[in-house]
Amino acid sequence: MTTEEKEPQAKGPLVYRQSVWTRVTHWVWAICLFFLLLSGLQIFNAHPALYIGQQSGFEFENAVLEIGAVNTPEGPRGRTTVFGQTFDTTGVLGMSGTAEAPQFVGFPGAVTIPSFRDLATGRVVHFFFGWVLVAALFVWFLASFINGHLRRDIVPKGSDISGLPKDAVDHARLRLHHGRSYTPLQKLSYFAVFFVLFPLIILTGLTMSPGMDAAWPWLLDVFGGRQTARTIHFGVMVLLVLFFIVHIIMVLLAGPLNELRSMITGWYRTSPGTPAEAGDKP
Amino acid sequence: MSNIILSRRKLLIGSAALGSSLALTGCDQFDFLGQRGNPVRQALEQANVLTYRAQRALIGDQTLAREYSVSEIRQGMKPNGSTEPMTPEYLFLKGQNFANYKLTIKGMVEREVSFSLDELRNMPARSQITRHDCVEGWSCIAKWTGTALGPVLDMAGVKPEARYCVYHCFDNIQKTLAGDVFYYESSDLVDAYHPQTILSYGLNDQVLPVSNGAPVRLRIERALGYKQPKYLHTIELVDDLTPFGRGKGGYWPDNGYDWYGGI
Repeated sequence: MTTEEKEPQAKGPLVYRQSVWTRVTHWVWAICLFFLLLSGLQIFNAHPALYIGQQSGFEFENAVLEIGAVNTPEGPRGRTTVFGQTFDTTGVLGMSGTAEAPQFVGFPGAVTIPSFRDLATGRVVHFFFGWVLVAALFVWFLASFINGHLRRDIVPKGSDISGLPKDAVDHARLRLHHGRSYTPLQKLSYFAVFFVLFPLIILTGLTMSPGMDAAWPWLLDVFGGRQTARTIHFGVMVLLVLFFIVHIIMVLLAGPLNELRSMITGWYRTSPGTPAEAGDKP
Repeated sequence: MSNIILSRRKLLIGSAALGSSLALTGCDQFDFLGQRGNPVRQALEQANVLTYRAQRALIGDQTLAREYSVSEIRQGMKPNGSTEPMTPEYLFLKGQNFANYKLTIKGMVEREVSFSLDELRNMPARSQITRHDCVEGWSCIAKWTGTALGPVLDMAGVKPEARYCVYHCFDNIQKTLAGDVFYYESSDLVDAYHPQTILSYGLNDQVLPVSNGAPVRLRIERALGYKQPKYLHTIELVDDLTPFGRGKGGYWPDNGYDWYGGI
């Protein structure tokens, strides 16, 4: 093939994809989730065990996760028990740090704020960013309801469900389409985050508040007790971390500069062949 | 296809580099938030004031904490914090089975009053099976028996300018070079007059044991465990919390925990 024969790479139109409400709240959430995760692990370390039910079993067994350290003939080891299965997690969970100065904590200081044990500060940081996250979520829901982002891009339609298998195959083959709106998998992911994971992690967080349990006792019934709520809160955290990892991978694969531009300026370069509309740029 | 492989390889290398640099640097760049007087930390602490105001606005003053059935008492009440005060004053009272114990109500009241343990036990009793939530994250359900604090405060006659109750305790939770630091806590009058706020002297149908705060422990059921002061001896009505301890309204609040403790 000679250079003359090669068609110049056609570009789709530049579309205004993200409103200012979506862009600002996106970055606010990014900051919030970072601080909430690291301060949350600090809070977890104050009692590195999770239970099912209203209370924590000290004289009976209802723990589903326990992280700790045990003494063995070879010296102390980190141990993690999940649903009755015990794993040696020395170096990561239960025991971390260096051989000369081991730290006996649930999650290592590298992933907690502060890096040392300080439950009081973990709580200060966690509750501050909890308020900010909820406020940003409220603003985003209101704006997205009014400007149509929710209806257009988030809530899956019938065509999204029927288009799901093809979209899954396309994603698996890394054939990523840059359209005006989201693909079915994207819609479902964001729908799950905004309508399932965020509400769940906020409500289970509130269930841990003895004050809120008095105000809204149904929280205890919906989640099956304060300790179950604490376990769900932790589980949703794990799902949000997984979402974050996949989110970053997809941004890198889909073209990080174009994706970042759309989340900063709002303008997004679509795939070749995307029909132009009024308001687009070439 | 070669493009995809390349981007996958780049991705793997990139994420490995990112992950290892994160693990190496750790997160000690935010350790300054642990400094108690740090202005950034003080700004973040304002969220706790918001939480207090929001919960006071949302939760009715008389709204009860959940009470559980007897079958939910599945274990003894886990002791935490001070479990055996060793001050001479406390040991003396304990040696006499608290026969000479007095609970004193003082400060901004019409008349300072004191009650013996028998006098408290002869007041109308209330029992409640409630969930104790420790700030560390665990919970424990137990039956608490005592007399409501509100009517006891009324016997002293709370002056209108009083805003807080300060709860003084026998236990020296911390020993420093400057002397013992005694546990204390405080609450607003909403919590003090809440129907479930009791001066408890019974636990799980037994006399309240020393490890759980004998002879009298206050229960504030809509707050965390550190707002349930053990070994209580004096309740002082005040309009300002700054003269006590380090001025934050309680031993743990003085150590950086939020004063309200409802979350």
